[in-house]
Amino acid sequence: MSSTIAVNSMETTQTGIPTAKLGMWVFLASEVMFFAGLLGAYIVLRAGTHWPHPADELNVPAAAVNTFILLSSSMTMALSVAAVHRRDTGRLRMFLLATILLGCAFLGVKGYEYSVKFHHGHLPGTGLFWDVYFTLTGIHGLHVLIGALANLWVLSLTLKRDFFERKGHLVELSGLYWHFVDVVWIFLFPMVYLI
Amino acid sequence: MNWLPPNVSSYGHQVDQLFWVIVWITGFFFFLVQGVLLAFVLIYRAKPGKKAQYLHGNTLIEVVWTAIPAVILLLLTVASQKVWAEIRYPRFAPATSLQIELLGEQFVWNVRYPGPDSQFNTEDDIATINQLHLPVGVPVLVHVKSKDVIHSFFVPELRIKQDAVPGMNNEVWIEATQAGEFEIRCAELCGLGHYRMKGFVKTEPLIDFEAWLRETKANE
Amino acid sequence: MSSASHQKPGFIRKYIFSTDHKVIGIQFLISSLLFMVVGGLLAMLMRWQLGWPGAPLGFMEKIAPEGMPGGVMVPEYYNMLFTMHGSIMIFFGIIPLLVGAFGNYLIPLKIGAADMAFPRLNMLSFWMFVPAAAIVLFGFFVEGGAAATGWTAYPPLSGLKETSGMGQTCWVSGVILLGFSSIFGGVNYIATIINHRAPGMSFHRMPISIWALFTTAILTVLATPVLASAMILLLLDRTLGTSFFLPAGMIINGDPLTAHAGGQPILWQHLFWFYSHPAVYIMILPAMGFISDILPTFARKPIFGYKAIAYSAVGIGAVGFLVWAHHMFQTGMNPALGTTFMISTMLIAVPTGIKVFSWLATLWRGSIRITTPMLHALGFISMFVIGGLTGIFLGSAPVDMYLHDTYFVVGHLHYVLFGGSLFGAFAGITFWYPKMFGRKMNDLLGKIHFWPTFIFFNMVMFPMFVLGMGGMPRRIYDYTQYTGLVHFKDLNQLMSIGAFCLMASQLIFMVNFFWSLIRGEKAGENPWEATTLEWITPSPPPHGNFTGPVTVYCGPYEYSVPGMKKDWQLQTEKPSGNPPR
Ligand code: HEA
Ligand code: HEA
Ligand code: CUA
Ligand SMILES: [Cu+2]
Repeated sequence: MSSTIAVNSMETTQTGIPTAKLGMWVFLASEVMFFAGLLGAYIVLRAGTHWPHPADELNVPAAAVNTFILLSSSMTMALSVAAVHRRDTGRLRMFLLATILLGCAFLGVKGYEYSVKFHHGHLPGTGLFWDVYFTLTGIHGLHVLIGALANLWVLSLTLKRDFFERKGHLVELSGLYWHFVDVVWIFLFPMVYLI
Repeated sequence: MNWLPPNVSSYGHQVDQLFWVIVWITGFFFFLVQGVLLAFVLIYRAKPGKKAQYLHGNTLIEVVWTAIPAVILLLLTVASQKVWAEIRYPRFAPATSLQIELLGEQFVWNVRYPGPDSQFNTEDDIATINQLHLPVGVPVLVHVKSKDVIHSFFVPELRIKQDAVPGMNNEVWIEATQAGEFEIRCAELCGLGHYRMKGFVKTEPLIDFEAWLRETKANE
Repeated sequence: MSSASHQKPGFIRKYIFSTDHKVIGIQFLISSLLFMVVGGLLAMLMRWQLGWPGAPLGFMEKIAPEGMPGGVMVPEYYNMLFTMHGSIMIFFGIIPLLVGAFGNYLIPLKIGAADMAFPRLNMLSFWMFVPAAAIVLFGFFVEGGAAATGWTAYPPLSGLKETSGMGQTCWVSGVILLGFSSIFGGVNYIATIINHRAPGMSFHRMPISIWALFTTAILTVLATPVLASAMILLLLDRTLGTSFFLPAGMIINGDPLTAHAGGQPILWQHLFWFYSHPAVYIMILPAMGFISDILPTFARKPIFGYKAIAYSAVGIGAVGFLVWAHHMFQTGMNPALGTTFMISTMLIAVPTGIKVFSWLATLWRGSIRITTPMLHALGFISMFVIGGLTGIFLGSAPVDMYLHDTYFVVGHLHYVLFGGSLFGAFAGITFWYPKMFGRKMNDLLGKIHFWPTFIFFNMVMFPMFVLGMGGMPRRIYDYTQYTGLVHFKDLNQLMSIGAFCLMASQLIFMVNFFWSLIRGEKAGENPWEATTLEWITPSPPPHGNFTGPVTVYCGPYEYSVPGMKKDWQLQTEKPSGNPPR
C-alpha cells in the first residue's frame, strides 16, 4: 500500500514552501479575520456610545508589564527556533520552557488584573466597557493559553530520540502561532488600555 | 398588469417604474438564455459521425458579453440611485409639517401624533394602537422605532418598508396620493406573534384626517 | 456495512475514523444528504400549515406534542420549522455537500495528489461537523424547543433569554463548532491545492471545479472567522448578560431591561452578512465548477473561455466580500452606504454573466450527449439564471424596499440554492458516483428523477415571486390574518401540493442511489470518456489514489482534438501534433 503513496506527489511540493508552514500561514490569516471581526465590533460599538477613558478604569502598568513579558517571550521563542537549526537540544528545551513560563506569567498578571476588577464588582454584563474589556482580553488570553500548551507539547516531544528529524519543524509552527498571539496583544494593548 | 398592488404613494410610481424596467431587462436575458440553451441542446445533439468543433474561445465575443451587461447594469444602478436618493437621502426629503411616531412592540404598532404643539410626549399628544391615519397630499415624516425587538413597518400600497430597530430612530417620509384603507404588515420576524402584528392604515382628505385627530383626542 | 459480524480488523479505522480523503468525502456526502432529508421534511410541515392553515395533522401529535397539540401547529413551532429548515439546508446540507463532500473527494484526485495535505485535520473537520449538527438539532428536545429566530438569528430577538430559549443557545454553539470544522477544511484545501499538484499541473491546467473549490476555500477561511466572532459575542449576550447587540431602553412584556446599554442590533447584521453573503457564493461556486466540468464532457468540446470562467470565479469571490449590506437596505443604516452596496451588488452580476454565456457557448457546435448529469447541469443553468436575475430586483435598493422580507426573497433564495446549488449537487453526484462507488447509477431512473424534480420545483418556487410581488411577508405562520392576502390561499395550496410531490420525487433518487451501490452496472475507469485525472485511476480509486506516477501534459478539457482517433485526450496524454490553442 505505501508504495502507491511513495510514487505520488506527496513529498514534493509545487511551491517549495513546506506544506505545514503554508497551512499555518493560512490558518493565521483566518485568525486575523477573527480578531478583525472582534476589533471591528469594538470600534463600531465604541463610536456609538459614551466611553470612559480606559486609563482611568484599567491597570495600565500591569498591562505594560505584560507587554514586556510577551515581547520577551517572543524573543525566547525565536531563540528556540534558532536552537532547532543548530540541533541544540539543551538550549531548545531551555528556551521553550522560558517561553512557556513567560506565557504563564502573562496569564498570571492577567488573572491578578481580573481578580481586582471582580473585587470591584466589574464583571462581564456590568456595562459595555467591561463586556469589551473582558471579551477581548479573555479571548486573547485563551490564545496565549493554547500557544503555551502547544509549546508544552513540543517540549514533551523533544524527549523523543529522533525529534529533530521528524518533529523539528513543529517548533517553527508553534513559534509562528506564538508570534501571532504576541502581535495581537501589540494591537490590543493600546486599543483597550490606552486610547 | 397588476403584479403589484395598486400604488397610493407619491414616490411609488417611481419604484414601480424601476421595477418594470428591471422586469424588461431581466426578462430579455431570461428569454435569451433559456432560448439559446434549448436551441443548442436541440440543434447540437450528438449524431453519429459528427464531431464537435475544437474551439477554446473568442476574445471579441467574450469582451462583448462582458461589456453589454456591465453597461446595462451601470445604467440601472444610476436609475436606481436617483430614486433611492429621492426617497431616503435626508437632504431630498420634502419639508413636512406633520410628524408621526410609530413604535413597534411585540405585537402591536403604537402610533403617536404630536398634536397642535408639534412636540412629542406632551399633554396634547394623540396616541392610538394599530390605527395609522394619513392625510392625502401631505408629506408626513414617520419616526419608526421599537420598544423591544426588530420589527418592520411595511405598507405594500404605500411602497414603504422601514425596519423598526430598538435604540434607533429611523425617519422615513411618505405622502399618500389617494384615500383608502390598507394594512401594515410586520416584515421582520419578531417572535411568535409576528404573523399577526397587523396595523390599519387609513388615508383620507386632510379635513377628515383632522377631524379624526380631534375625535380621537376627545375620546381618550 | 452495518452488521457487526462483518467487521474486519481495522473497520473503524477504515470507515469511521478514516483519514483517507475519499472516505471522508463520502462520509460528508451521506451525512449531508441525510440532513437534507430532515430539512426537506421540516419544509413539508411548513407547507402543510401554509397550504391549509390550522388544519390538524393527526400523527404529528405524537411526534411533537408541544409543537402540534392535537395535530394543530402552534406559531412558535412554525418559527422553529423555518429556522431549522433554513439552518439545516444551508449549514448542514448544501455547504457540507458541495464543499465537504466534493471538495474532499475531488481535490486530491483532480490535481494528482495521494491525499489531502493534512489528513488528520481533515478527519477532525468531519468529526466536528457531526456533533455540531447534533447540538443544533438537539434544540428540538430542550425546554422551549429549537431555535426560532430565523437562520439569520437577528438580535435582540436571538440575544435575550426573555425572547428566545435554550434551543437558541444550542443553535449558536453548534454553528460556532461548525465554523471551526469549515475553517480546518478550508486550510486543508488551500494547502493541498497550492502544494500537492502533480508535476505539470499548473494553475492554468487545473479543472474549473478546482478553481472554484480553491476560491471557495479562501472565502471560507476569511469569512467564517468573522461569523465565529459574531456568534461568540451573541453567546455572551445570551449567557453572561453582556450588551454587544443589546441597546438601552428595551421593554419586554412590560418589564424594562435595565441591565443592557450601548449595544447595536445592526452590528450583528453587518457581521452576520459579512460572512453569509460570501457564504452564498461558497454555496454556488463549487456547483458552477461542477457544471464547468460536466458541460465539456457531454458536449465533447473544450470549455469556451477557460481563463474567463476561472478568473470570474475569483472575481465573484473577491467582489462577494463587498456586497453584504444589500441584505440591510431597509434597516435604517446610512442611505449613502446603501448606494455603495447597490453598486457592488450590480457589479457582481457581470462575472456571473460571463460564466453563463461561456457555458452556452460551450454547447454551441458541440456533440451533446444527454445523460443524467448533463440534464442536471442544463437544469442548473436554466434555474440558476432565474435565481440570479431575480437577485437584480433585490439589488436595486428602492425596489428592494418593496420586496425585502417578502416571499420574493424566498423565491430568489430557492432558485439559487435549489435550482442552482442543489441541481449542481445532483449533477455532481450522478457524474462522480461511478468513480466513488465503482458502479454507475441507473440512467433511466436518473432521468425519471430529474423531470418531476424540475417540474415540481418550479411549481413550488415560482409562485413565491407572485406572492412576494403581492406583498406577502416571509416567516408568516398564518397569512390569512391579513385580509389583503386571503386570496393567495389557492396559490399556496397549489404550491404545497407541488412541495409534497417534489419531496416524493426524491424517493426515486434515494432508491437509485442505494440500489446502484449493489446492483449498478460496473463503471470501469472512465465511463464518461472524460479527460481529467480522476478518470485515469480505477473506480473506486485505491488508497493513495493513483497506481503510478502522474504527470500532466495538457489542459483539462481537450475534447474532439483534431487528428485524434478518440474524441478525448486525457490530461496525462502527450499532445499529438496539434498543440492546443
Ligand atoms: C447560492 C446562493 C445565492 C446566490 C448565488 C445569490 C446571488 C445573488 N443575490 Fe442573493 N440571496 C441568497 C442566496 C444567493 N444569492 C439568499 C439565501 C438570500 C436570502 C437571505 C435571507 O434573508 O434569508 C439572498 C438575498 C439577496 C438579497 C437581499 C434581499 C432582501 O432580503 O431584501 C439581495 C439584494 O441585493 C440579493 C442579491 C443577489 C444578487 C444580485 C446575486 C447575483 O450574484 C446574481 C448574479 C446572476 C445573474 C444576474 C444571472 C446571470 C447573468 C446574466 C445572464 C448576465 C446578464 C444579466 C443582466 C444584465 C441583469 N440576494
Ligand atoms: C439549500 C437550501 C434549501 C432547500 C433545498 C430548500 C428546500 C425547500 N424549501 Fe426552503 N428555505 C431555505 C433553504 C432551502 N430550502 C432557506 C435558507 C430559507 C429561509 C429560512 C428563514 O427564513 O430563516 C427557506 C425558507 C423556506 C420557506 C419560507 C418559510 C417562511 O418564510 O415562512 C418555504 C415555504 O414554503 C420553504 C419551502 C421549501 C420546500 C418546499 C423545499 C423543498 O424543495 C424540499 C424538498 C426536499 C428536498 C430538497 C430533500 C432532498 C433530499 C435529497 C435529494 C437527498 C436524498 C438522498 C439520499 C439520502 C441518498 N423554504
Ligand atoms: Cu413585529 Cu414582526
Ligand atoms: Cu447577499
